[in-house]
Amino acid sequence: MTEKALYISTSPHLVKNISTNKIMFHVVLAMLPLVIFAVYSFGLNAAFVIGMAVISCVLTEHVLCRISRKSTTIGDWSAVITGILLGLVLPPIFPLWMTFVGGVFAIGMGKFLFGGLGYNVFNPALVGRAVLQAAFPVAITTWYSAFQDDRFSTINSSVLAFPFMEPLVDGTSGATPLSAFKFDGVTADTAELALGLISGSAGETSAILILVGGVYLVIRKFMNWQIPVSILATVFVLSGLLYWMDPVKYPSPVFMLFSGGLMLGAVFMATDMVASPITSLGVWLYGFIIGLLVVVIRIWGGLPEGVMYAILLGNAISPHIDRLIRYRVYGTKTQAA
Amino acid sequence: MSESNTHTTTSTDEFIKGLWRENPVFVQVLGMCPVLAVSNTAENALAMGLATAFVLLMSNILVSILRSFIPKEVRIASYILIIATFVTITDYTIQAISVDLHKSLGAFISLIVVNCLILSRAEAFASKNNLGKSIMDALGMGVGFLFALFCLGAVREILGNGTFFGLQLFPDGFQAWIVMILPAGGFFTLAAWLLIFNLVQQRKEAS
Amino acid sequence: MSEPASIPMTSNTKMLSAMVGIGIFCGLLIVLTYEGTLPRVERLRAEALERAIFKVLPGINETKTFSFSDGQFIQTDQSEGTVIYAGYDEAGDFKGIAIEASGQGYADIIKILYGYDPINQIVIGFYVLESKETPGLGDKIEKDENFLANFTALDVTLDDTKSNLINSVIPVKSGTKENAWEVDGITGATISSRAIAEIIDKSAKQWLPIINQNIAQFNE
Repeated sequence: MTEKALYISTSPHLVKNISTNKIMFHVVLAMLPLVIFAVYSFGLNAAFVIGMAVISCVLTEHVLCRISRKSTTIGDWSAVITGILLGLVLPPIFPLWMTFVGGVFAIGMGKFLFGGLGYNVFNPALVGRAVLQAAFPVAITTWYSAFQDDRFSTINSSVLAFPFMEPLVDGTSGATPLSAFKFDGVTADTAELALGLISGSAGETSAILILVGGVYLVIRKFMNWQIPVSILATVFVLSGLLYWMDPVKYPSPVFMLFSGGLMLGAVFMATDMVASPITSLGVWLYGFIIGLLVVVIRIWGGLPEGVMYAILLGNAISPHIDRLIRYRVYGTKTQAA
Repeated sequence: MSESNTHTTTSTDEFIKGLWRENPVFVQVLGMCPVLAVSNTAENALAMGLATAFVLLMSNILVSILRSFIPKEVRIASYILIIATFVTITDYTIQAISVDLHKSLGAFISLIVVNCLILSRAEAFASKNNLGKSIMDALGMGVGFLFALFCLGAVREILGNGTFFGLQLFPDGFQAWIVMILPAGGFFTLAAWLLIFNLVQQRKEAS
Repeated sequence: MSEPASIPMTSNTKMLSAMVGIGIFCGLLIVLTYEGTLPRVERLRAEALERAIFKVLPGINETKTFSFSDGQFIQTDQSEGTVIYAGYDEAGDFKGIAIEASGQGYADIIKILYGYDPINQIVIGFYVLESKETPGLGDKIEKDENFLANFTALDVTLDDTKSNLINSVIPVKSGTKENAWEVDGITGATISSRAIAEIIDKSAKQWLPIINQNIAQFNE
């Protein structure tokens, strides 16, 4: 594979002397602790699911490049990132064949149909997960408790479900903290949430490791810190307000912050360089809208978790945010058609 | 084709064009409402396609017969009147055939009235052509619509339910792709078929 | 407002006669079809309802329709308005009552029919007449065997004054049913299964007292 000589992208056109591969490689590096922790806490199951997601994404990218007679783009690591992210937001005992389908949809529908890297409107991993959520709602809400004793020696039968067959769940399944709150009004211990000693998607559980990865990327200047900060601040303030009005009915802001996929979403998904706004004010607005949607969906919506849909909706409106608040170039009329 | 007189070849052309070259769903992208909403099973798709084809045929016949009698100022109102009549007749007929079928097609039978395919054939074709051609046109378009709807319905039922015309295709424990019977699945499947159709068309033109 | 025919156009009379002509013709067609299909449609509808009643009241072989007015149940032939259906076995003995009820589900109003056995004071059958619940999830209320088993002997015993249920029908989480008046939910269809329990609860509280106070009227 040869490196592309020219990257065509939307503005801004000021480029740093750094290639896409390098940025993407560092993102993978930042996610590595998460992957290791996921495998550590959920065992072989998580390793298989994440591995399958990566293989499926890379394979899809390669095949689609071949079909459309382009040189393959798997060398830029972006498909790997999509694969890892997809693997991290799936339940650790998600059937492998469904994971594969998710990867195909993530790359094919989320990225390739829009023209490949740099043109995707949505975060591809989330597109993949959204399709899986709609197609297999039961499998994707079948959680698994972390730190099972036999996690390094046995593979859950649900993971190995025969293609097109229903997964049979055995062993312990555990409700996630968010669904426990939504349906039974129980909130989990914050320290446990932050450390990741709970059940949930493979990579969503440890807030601290996510933050470490995020901080690394911010220091390396590969990530816009304003996005996660604005999302998390919005969620914290809004749920804090609700908690202040009625602490019995609404969960505490700390619980909201550390539970579910919020951390992972805010740090690694909402920050997708292509699908988020480019102006500074736009970024704050984008973060605020996502945070608002998260709170609304979690508290009033029918689903226990709304981070995925919140980010996808945020992605969808981010070009419009940019258009609304772009700077007026001197000497031109505003919104001249 | 008893009514065909001197224009046998042209009539056949009118029939063929609706099937492929001007397929109402895959090429003209008309009548999307029933296409997306009632294509969740092969049976529903077939029933809906037949109902639409029947209304299309009858309205084309009547419009073609009356084309010199209807003043052009009130033609759209007259067409709607004619179409609505046959939709109502279809509605009653389906109820008399099976209550269950009527229940699963729901409001979409009445909504055939606003299927732009039917009005467009009345306005663009039947009002300008003789009876024989209009019948062939309606048959072609109707069968084309039926075919497209059936393509969608078959895929959605097989993936979303694991069945085909209610017959179980897979062994027990088949994991249904629930999204396929939901409205979103209609969009996915339609997009996939359009993609395939256009690819085939392109290859054909290229060769 | 009248605009004289300065522009060449078809005369009003002609337009009018064209429209009226088509209108009369179409009207005629519709009336003919309606008359032609009506008997069969009504028969099919009645059959469908009958099937549902037989399903929720196992072991019956004849049904009669009753309407409730002025504190009395009166036998009627109409199936409109608020009516209930009494079921009788081969010997003509009164076996139970099928009651229609409806309430808000996840997607839309769910309409159900349930069978009530006044002798044992239990709900003995349940059937979904109309629902738009999500296929694959919410529509499990029609198929899930565990869930349907709730309604083979659901306790709806009335208290001594015959005006209130001793225990409300309450939904519980899947697999945690302990008492005969609890409805075991469905995993993946929590809201729809809860809705069913609430619909039955509400309807039972409304109907069962008046049915029990007038129970003799069904035995005639």
